[in-house]
Amino acid sequence: MTIDSIKNGIVLDHIRAGQSMELYRILGLSELDCSVAIIKNVQSGKMGRKDIIKIDAQIDLDLDVLGYVDPGITVNIIRDGKRIEKRHVELPRLVRGVIRCKNPRCITSTEQDIEHVFRLTDRDRRVYRCVYCESKAKPQI
Amino acid sequence: MRHLIDIMDLSVKEIDELIDRAEDIIANPESYREKCRYKKLATLFFEPSTRTRLSFEAAMLELGGSVLGFSEAQSSSASKGESVSDTIQTVSCYADIIAMRHPKEGAPLAASLKSGVPIINAGDGGHNHPTQTLTDLLTIKRELGRLEGFTVGFCGDLKFGRTVHSLISALSRYENIKIVLISPEELRVPGYVRDEILKKNKIEYTEVGSMTDVMDTLDILYMTRVQRERFFNEDDYLRLRDSYILTPDKLENAKSGLKILHPLPRVNEISTAVDDDPRACYFKQVKNGKYIRMALILKLLSEVR
Repeated sequence: MTIDSIKNGIVLDHIRAGQSMELYRILGLSELDCSVAIIKNVQSGKMGRKDIIKIDAQIDLDLDVLGYVDPGITVNIIRDGKRIEKRHVELPRLVRGVIRCKNPRCITSTEQDIEHVFRLTDRDRRVYRCVYCESKAKPQI
Repeated sequence: MRHLIDIMDLSVKEIDELIDRAEDIIANPESYREKCRYKKLATLFFEPSTRTRLSFEAAMLELGGSVLGFSEAQSSSASKGESVSDTIQTVSCYADIIAMRHPKEGAPLAASLKSGVPIINAGDGGHNHPTQTLTDLLTIKRELGRLEGFTVGFCGDLKFGRTVHSLISALSRYENIKIVLISPEELRVPGYVRDEILKKNKIEYTEVGSMTDVMDTLDILYMTRVQRERFFNEDDYLRLRDSYILTPDKLENAKSGLKILHPLPRVNEISTAVDDDPRACYFKQVKNGKYIRMALILKLLSEVR
């Protein structure tokens, strides 16, 4: 299978196998006009199998969201067909507007237009809690 | 803008300063009578309260200020569907400081994000109640003479008891505190209290089902009410309501220096026969609440730039 290289854009590498569609959804990549390639189950020396997403445009990606979804992902910035930067993401301290609080007693259940914000409270166990009510987030992926 | 949403918003040093200020107010009330002249406190109580609201209002009046507000959501525009955010932005135009109680957890935090004046969390659902915690700390300091090196038993509804969650958070920063959690299985402390406060801070704690088994180990017994308004199911409330009732006979093995605290209101969890026991401190707590709130109002207003 051949997928064209991209000239100017972003390659998300080392996505856990099978998770690329969820990442595509969370990052809102369906809204883009450019080409986006999702490559699933690629052979990987480190991971066995992995997914890759190629985005053929220079867009601003929310690295905090990427870090929350999968801190193992690497972000490669491509310019003129060459990789000019490789970024490693990490678990963000705060995640805004990605996770929704499900606690019916939380103010987010009734207050309109309030941003759902979750805070990292345990880095080792990747626990995020709602800043308003402290409810634990269900893992997205 | 400085707010008090969670007791952890205050450092230990700041809490000590508030306690010292409250002690000074108790000793020299006349020197504080004009401190808040021309200042207004709004008490926004979207949920009913007797002590907390009146305590805030008495505190502001004793500082020479004035008060405005409402005591239930039905008498505010919240009953027409107005958001907390809009209510707060409106009241910020009238008052210098706001004390707010709301049934939804996190409502005071949401309010603070939009407020032009300091917000004090006067209780948000089953979540936090930091001024009750300041009241409890002042009471413990005055009655026990210290804020470290004691065993405290929390008894009753530890799941929805916001005063319990806030006090456990606060005590986690003091030395050599042992905690005994006494409750039925269904009303044990929420996971975040166990994981993020007790375990993370390596606090020595035990969870037990019987009050009498641990009574002789306690320096402080913190009783709580099983709160009807926190249950979605009336049957669950009725089944658990009478789980832990303190009566004089249960105090037989208690230390002579035990201090019994309760954030009040009580329903029946402390028999009125206990009220005359010198170890009962819950009405002293009520009085202390006014003084610590005076100290807090002064602090937050002094930090408005």
